[in-house]
Amino acid sequence: MSERYVVGIDLGTTHTALAALPVDGGAAPEVLALPQLVAQGSVEARVLLPSFLYFAHESEAQLALPWDAARRFSVGEHARTRAAESPARVVSSAKSWLCHDGVDRRGPILPQGAPDDIEKISPVEASFRYLDHLGEAFSAKYGLPLGEQQVTLTVPASFDAAARDLTVEAAYAAGLENVTLLEEPQAALYAWIAGAGEGWRTHLGPGDVVLVVDVGGGTTDFSAIAAVERDGVLELHRIAVGDHILLGGDNMDLALAHVIAQKLAREGKELDRWQMVALTHTCRGAKERLLSDASASSAPIALAGRGSALLGNILKSELTREEVTRVLVDGFFPVVPASARPAARARVGLTQLGLPYAADPAVTKHLAAFLSRQVEAADKLAGMGARHGALLHPSAVLFNGGVVKGDALRTRLLEALAHWLEADGAPAPRVLPGADPDLAVARGAAYYGLVRRGQGLRIRGGTARAYYVGIESPAPAVPGLEPPISALCVAPFGMDEGSHAELPPHELGLVVGEPVRFRFFGSSVRRDDRAGTELERWAPGELEELSPLEIELPAEGRREGDVVPVELAAQITPVGTLLLEAVPREPREPNERWKIELGVRH
Amino acid sequence: MLRAVSDALTFGARIALAFVCFFRVLFDGALAARVRAALEPRLEPALPPPPEPEEPPSADPALQLLAILQREGRLVDFLKQDVAGFPDADIGAAARVVHEGCRKVLASHVEIESLRSEDEGSKLTLETGFDRASVKLTGNVGGVAPYRGTLRHKGWRVTKLELPSVVAGHDARVIYPAEVEL
Repeated sequence: MSERYVVGIDLGTTHTALAALPVDGGAAPEVLALPQLVAQGSVEARVLLPSFLYFAHESEAQLALPWDAARRFSVGEHARTRAAESPARVVSSAKSWLCHDGVDRRGPILPQGAPDDIEKISPVEASFRYLDHLGEAFSAKYGLPLGEQQVTLTVPASFDAAARDLTVEAAYAAGLENVTLLEEPQAALYAWIAGAGEGWRTHLGPGDVVLVVDVGGGTTDFSAIAAVERDGVLELHRIAVGDHILLGGDNMDLALAHVIAQKLAREGKELDRWQMVALTHTCRGAKERLLSDASASSAPIALAGRGSALLGNILKSELTREEVTRVLVDGFFPVVPASARPAARARVGLTQLGLPYAADPAVTKHLAAFLSRQVEAADKLAGMGARHGALLHPSAVLFNGGVVKGDALRTRLLEALAHWLEADGAPAPRVLPGADPDLAVARGAAYYGLVRRGQGLRIRGGTARAYYVGIESPAPAVPGLEPPISALCVAPFGMDEGSHAELPPHELGLVVGEPVRFRFFGSSVRRDDRAGTELERWAPGELEELSPLEIELPAEGRREGDVVPVELAAQITPVGTLLLEAVPREPREPNERWKIELGVRH
Repeated sequence: MLRAVSDALTFGARIALAFVCFFRVLFDGALAARVRAALEPRLEPALPPPPEPEEPPSADPALQLLAILQREGRLVDFLKQDVAGFPDADIGAAARVVHEGCRKVLASHVEIESLRSEDEGSKLTLETGFDRASVKLTGNVGGVAPYRGTLRHKGWRVTKLELPSVVAGHDARVIYPAEVEL
C-alpha cells in the first residue's frame, strides 16, 4: 500500500466536501468535484455532496450510477431534492444524530419517524454511506482507492469521545483505514495558514488569541487558538472549544421562510410542504442579495406551483431589509451584554427522540457564554499577559461556514465582541482574511495531512475535554435523593494522540458475565485534574454528563457472577479517539484487558 | 410592478442566451467540436489524469440541457403556456422563477463570454481577415475591409459546456417525469 495523496474530508451536517494534494506537497489543497446523482439518470461532478440519503421505493426505477446500475438508494443532490418531495424516505442531519446521546446511535432510527415499511439505518451507517460514496466517486474518477490514501476526517470541536468514536467506526466501514480526526475550527485555521503561505506570521504573533467562529448549515462551533513563543519559535495551541450547538444557516433560512409564509397566509394563501422547502431555498437567495447589497431595500419572492401551468399559479411576496434585519441580524445575532447567556433547554426525557436543537437562537449569547466559560483558558500559557476582566480576550477572529458570508452578520458579531472587550479594557479583535468559508475545512484537513508528515506548523492542544467516570459512594439510601456520586478522572484535559494515562490504583469491581454501566462525564474547563483525581463535588456546569460507559467481562476463565477488581486505563489512539480499557489487578494471562464501550444509550 | 416588467425584458435576453447554448451545439458543427473539446475531462493539476474518459459521452446534449432548464427553471412549462391572456404582473412573476432557475443552470454548466469588448453603440473598425464566424455584417454591406461600423450586439460565445453524464438505460426524451403524489 502506498499513499500518494493526503485527503481531507469535511463530513458536514448538510454538505460533505473532499480536498486532496500530493503527499510530497508542492501544491495547494484542491477541493475535488466528484460525481453524484443529481436527478434520475443524470450524474454530475460537484464539489459539494449534500449529506442526504434517499431510499427508493420498490416501484421506482433504479438510481443507477456509472459504477452501479442496480442501486436502490442515492446520496447527494438527488437525495436532497427528494427530501422536499418524499421526506419520509430521506435521511438528513445524520451528523447531528451521531452526537445525540439520547438515542441508540448504532440502531436503525433514520429516517426519523418513517413508517415501518421503509428501510431504516443508524446514524453511523448514514455517515458510512456518505463516506462510501466519496470513496466510490473518487476511485471512479481517479482510479485510486481512497482507502489507500492518508485521510483526515473533520469533526466538530464539540464532538465528545463517543461521537468521535462512532465517526471513526463509519470511516473504517467505508474502508478508510488510514484515517485521523481533526477538529473543524482547527481545519479552518490550517486552511487559512495554507492560503496565506509564510505570510501568515505577519498576521499572527506571540500573545494572539484567535477566535474561530464556525457557523455552518446545521451547527455553530467556537474554538480559541493561542499563539505563543517558546524558545524563539512560534507555537499554536488550541486552548478552548465550545459546546455543541445545533444552530446554523438552515435555521436562519427557515426563519425567513416562515416570515414570508405568514405574510402569504394573511392573504389567504397556504403553502404545502413542497412549497415551503422551495420557499426556504428562495429565501436563502433573497437573503444573500440583501446581505451583500446594502442599497437594496427588498428582494422579490416568486414561488411556482407544482403543475405544468406556471402563469397564474405563482405566489408573490417580497423579503424586506427590515425583515432580514429583524429576523436574522437581531434575531440570531442580537446586541447583548457580555453577561447574557442562552436560554437553557429543559432536560430531554428518555422518550423524546427529536434532535436537541439549541433552545436559544442567539449566536451572540452562545458566544458570550463560551468566552466567559473559557476566561481562564490562556492562563497556563507563557507570555499571554495578565488576565483581567470577565471574558477570554480574542485578539483576532477567523470566520468559517456559509452563514458568515453575510457582511451584516459578521459586522454585528464583531460589534458585539468589540463592545464586550471594551468593557473589559481589551482592544477590539481584528479579522483574519479567510477565503471560501464553504470549502475551507476540507482544504485545511488535506493540508493537515502534510503537517502530520512534518511539513508545516502543527496546532497543539490534545483532547478538548477531561473525562470522568461516575463512582457511586457508599451511603445510606435517602428517599428522593440520588446516591452521592464522585467523579474519577480517567483522561485528563489535553492528552495528545498516541498518549497513555495510566491510573494510580483505584479499584473498581466488575461482575463477570454481566454488562456493567458507569455514568460518564466530560469537562471542557477543568484543565488541572490528573488521571486518578477523584472529585467529590464540582461547580454547576463544570461537568457535563455524557452517554454511559458499558463493559462486559467475558466469563472465560472466570466464574460467572464473580467480582473482578480492575483498574481503568485511558489512551488517545493515533486516530484521535479515546480508548478506555479495564485492566484486571490479577490478570489470567499477560496483557489481559477489556475495551470499554463508549456512547451507550442512556 | 415596474420592477417586474423591466425584469421581463432582461429575461427575454436570458431566454435568447439560454437557447444559444443548445441550438448552437445542435446546428453548429464547428462549435459542437469545440464544445466536445471543452467536455474533455479537466484535471486538477495535483491529481493524476483519470485512467479512462471521465464520463461516457452524453447521449443528446440538447435534450439534456432542455431537461436541466426545465428542472431548475421550469423553462418548458413557461414556453408551452400561452401568455397572451395573462397580465404583465403574472408574466413578470413567472419570469422571476424561470430567470432565477435558468440563470443558475447557465452559471453552473455553461461559460459564456462576449465576443466584443467594446460598448454597444460605439464605433469600431474591422480589419481585413476578421473572424467572419463571429461577426455578422448588417446594414449597407459592401466594399472591402477595413470596415467601419457601429457595434449593435456584442455577441456571445460559449467557452465551456459541462453537462451531466447520462446513466446507461436512462430515456433522455423524458425531460421531466410526470409527478403523482400518493
